[in-house]
Amino acid sequence: MSAPGNDQIATSAGRSNNLLARLILRRILLGFGLLLAASMLVYGGVEMLPGDFAATYLGRDATPESVEHVRKELGLDRPMIQRYGEWLGGIVQGDFGTSWSNHNSVAEQLWKRLGNSMLLAVASAAIAVPLALGLGMIAVRYRNRFPDRAISILSLAAVSLPEFFIGYLLIQFFTVQLGVAAFPATVYDGMSLGERLSAIALPVLTLVVAVLAHMMRMTRSAILNVMSSPYVETAELKGLSALRIIAEHAAPNAVAPIVTVIALNLAALVVGVVVIEVVFVYPGIGQYMVDAVTVRDMPVVQACGLIFAAIYIVLNLLADIVSILANPRLRHPR
Amino acid sequence: MREMLSVRDLRIEVRAHQADGSASDLVLVDDVSFDVGKGKVLGLIGESGAGKSTIGLSTLAYGRGGVRISGGQVLLDGVDVTALSPGGVRTIRGARVAYVAQSAAAAFNPAHKLGRQVIEATVRHGLMTQPEAKKRAQYLFKVLGLPEPERFGERYPHQVSGGQLQRAMTAMALCARPELIVFDEPTTALDVTTQIEVLAAIKHAISETGTAALYITHDLAVVAQVADDIMVLRHGKTVEYGPTRQIIETPREDYTKALVSIRQAVREPVRKAEEELLKIEGLTAGYSSMTVLHDVSLSLPKGQTLAVVGESGSGKSTLARVVTGLLPPRQGTVTFKGERLPPARKERTLEQLRRVQMIYQMADTAMNPRQKVSDIIGRPLTLYFGLRGAARTSRVTELLGQIEMGPQFLDRYPAELSGGQKQRVAIARALAAEPELILCDEPTSALDPLVAEGILKLLMRLQEATAVSYLFITHDIAIVRAIADRVAVMHRGRIVRQGDKASVLAPPYDDYTEKLLSSVPEMQIGWLERVLAGRALVPAA
Repeated sequence: MSAPGNDQIATSAGRSNNLLARLILRRILLGFGLLLAASMLVYGGVEMLPGDFAATYLGRDATPESVEHVRKELGLDRPMIQRYGEWLGGIVQGDFGTSWSNHNSVAEQLWKRLGNSMLLAVASAAIAVPLALGLGMIAVRYRNRFPDRAISILSLAAVSLPEFFIGYLLIQFFTVQLGVAAFPATVYDGMSLGERLSAIALPVLTLVVAVLAHMMRMTRSAILNVMSSPYVETAELKGLSALRIIAEHAAPNAVAPIVTVIALNLAALVVGVVVIEVVFVYPGIGQYMVDAVTVRDMPVVQACGLIFAAIYIVLNLLADIVSILANPRLRHPR
Repeated sequence: MREMLSVRDLRIEVRAHQADGSASDLVLVDDVSFDVGKGKVLGLIGESGAGKSTIGLSTLAYGRGGVRISGGQVLLDGVDVTALSPGGVRTIRGARVAYVAQSAAAAFNPAHKLGRQVIEATVRHGLMTQPEAKKRAQYLFKVLGLPEPERFGERYPHQVSGGQLQRAMTAMALCARPELIVFDEPTTALDVTTQIEVLAAIKHAISETGTAALYITHDLAVVAQVADDIMVLRHGKTVEYGPTRQIIETPREDYTKALVSIRQAVREPVRKAEEELLKIEGLTAGYSSMTVLHDVSLSLPKGQTLAVVGESGSGKSTLARVVTGLLPPRQGTVTFKGERLPPARKERTLEQLRRVQMIYQMADTAMNPRQKVSDIIGRPLTLYFGLRGAARTSRVTELLGQIEMGPQFLDRYPAELSGGQKQRVAIARALAAEPELILCDEPTSALDPLVAEGILKLLMRLQEATAVSYLFITHDIAIVRAIADRVAVMHRGRIVRQGDKASVLAPPYDDYTEKLLSSVPEMQIGWLERVLAGRALVPAA
């Protein structure tokens, strides 16, 4: 019953920082562990893929001797563990190896392509996340009434269409019929940001449609979950407006599930660009990976795979950290 | 003179959906009329389902889950709030009528600081600027006796105690200077020693601000301390309505008389102690780094009832968990019929487990909602005695008879039982094992007084019939008086006093027992003032 004195409040703040730091540090270490495991899976998985670079590369000249020669040149005769160790060691120093097909540095291409893809993903997220949150809250405000139903039906329709199909529909409509959007969505060095943004309008729109529904529906159900809480009733009995109740009293308590879904969708967004980039002929990391797979350019495939895994892990890590920070019990222990 | 609140012929209904898809209107409140003047307090009293909260919320034109006002008027200073538009209703809520919920712990938003929530309605309704409202909140925190009134608002709900939260909720209601406050069981969830402080704070704040108030509770002794008038409700109808003194001292209706006399049930004299059944020695136990029990020693003779009494957090339930083996102690022993029980449940034999059964506070959560009554009671029969089929059913029926329920309940699910019936089924489940000791963990504290009394009588009758012993955990001194042979008073994980009921509940007391006993509300007007004067605890104005 007795209240903590001033000094106690001060120490409790210090304690909270410690606790938070420990929780977050643990998540980060876990993230590194996961990344290491992912690197093994990516390396091993790609090794196990059927097909052989040497055979594909040499084509008709693939005599057993020449294949063996190329394999030796690429170092494929050495044990996998050893090659994995060297690969990992290189990556730690920022060296992703050399492409087998064109002998360029993988890292150089990778960062450039990744930058293009991130532009696509970030632009999509910047539109999709606020839109999803807003629509979710509006759906809660008018639950089981026309706006909620309309949002619900449209988002379900969007979720059930494959991304590439949405992409083709948009191309058909905006490029072929209306002629207002650019296709293919090619970007190159020397384009201004404005030019880039107008070039990527269609792929961004496609991605927004693809990820919006899931985030919106999760926002709706997470907020609805807390709408039956006694503190929401308290807010109602204070005479607050419905939207204020949702935004100020319900939403802050639904942060953790919403953030988790947003992170998953942002990750899906980054990975989803693989398909979209092919549809829109966009020079991103997805297209880079697809091209490399066709010629079995293993270092490129492995690097791209690892980057995708890293993005997944980092986004989920961020979601975890935001969830921890959003919990007042962890931020301010007794 | 126009009253501040005048309720006329109020009728409230809810649309009930039947299993076959049809819907009918269920009347929750019927033909209720009352007046509350400025600065006056009306107590609404009755069991759960009597319509008390529904009436209280109707003054804010609010109905939970499809409840609607279908007739009559709720006149707030002459204006019928039931006829207002949604926008008009919003201007009343939080500004002219405020609500104090039973569980402040749930009613405060865990994501925001207390101060912000306390002044929110006042600022949003444009009644005060933020700094003004903040100052008023600090003033109210002080009036309500909260620690560090200037800084109290900086804390989050989880950082203060339950009693403090309840007072903060009162401050939240008072902040906008409303004309009417609805207190909905504001002290029910609190310990008696905390209840008395909150009660005093609320009473002081009401007189300080001159607001009118509805005080809803099921505890007549509590309402007698704060109300000017009392209305007794049952099944949504008025049973009796009059000045507090008349209701308490000369009740007219039988139902009111039953409510008034409920705390006077006293058990027959202590029986002779026979052989010792349960002996607990030097028990120290806790969870991870927290120690909950410190060196607890107790003994319970066969066929008797040992009441363990204390506030929430005193370690009563942890003691029960150690005895059942759910929580192995760090030190100390549990001896049953001269045989030392292994500390962990897993190491105990089936026979050892059978002899000690448990009844919980929430019968609801202690039963599988997907099992029928016949399975709930029948499973221990199969486990301990290998009964199946017709033999099992006949034994279950017999047990149902012992708890005064008929065979028509065999095929019911828990959801189809009332609160009292659920607790009876839980008792039958414990009895099915033919135990020698039943641990009762607050088995009546979630029940209405009259239902609770029925359960206590049943437990006593069963004890006479089967010579079972009870270790009865409770925070309610009235129950201890009614059923215990021996009493142990627990405070912060230690036994501060134990022995025969007569000697424990008689002076000279230790400080804690004194405080605990004097905090139990008595059905007398002016009791609160007398106790507080005795303690010199009246909050400073």
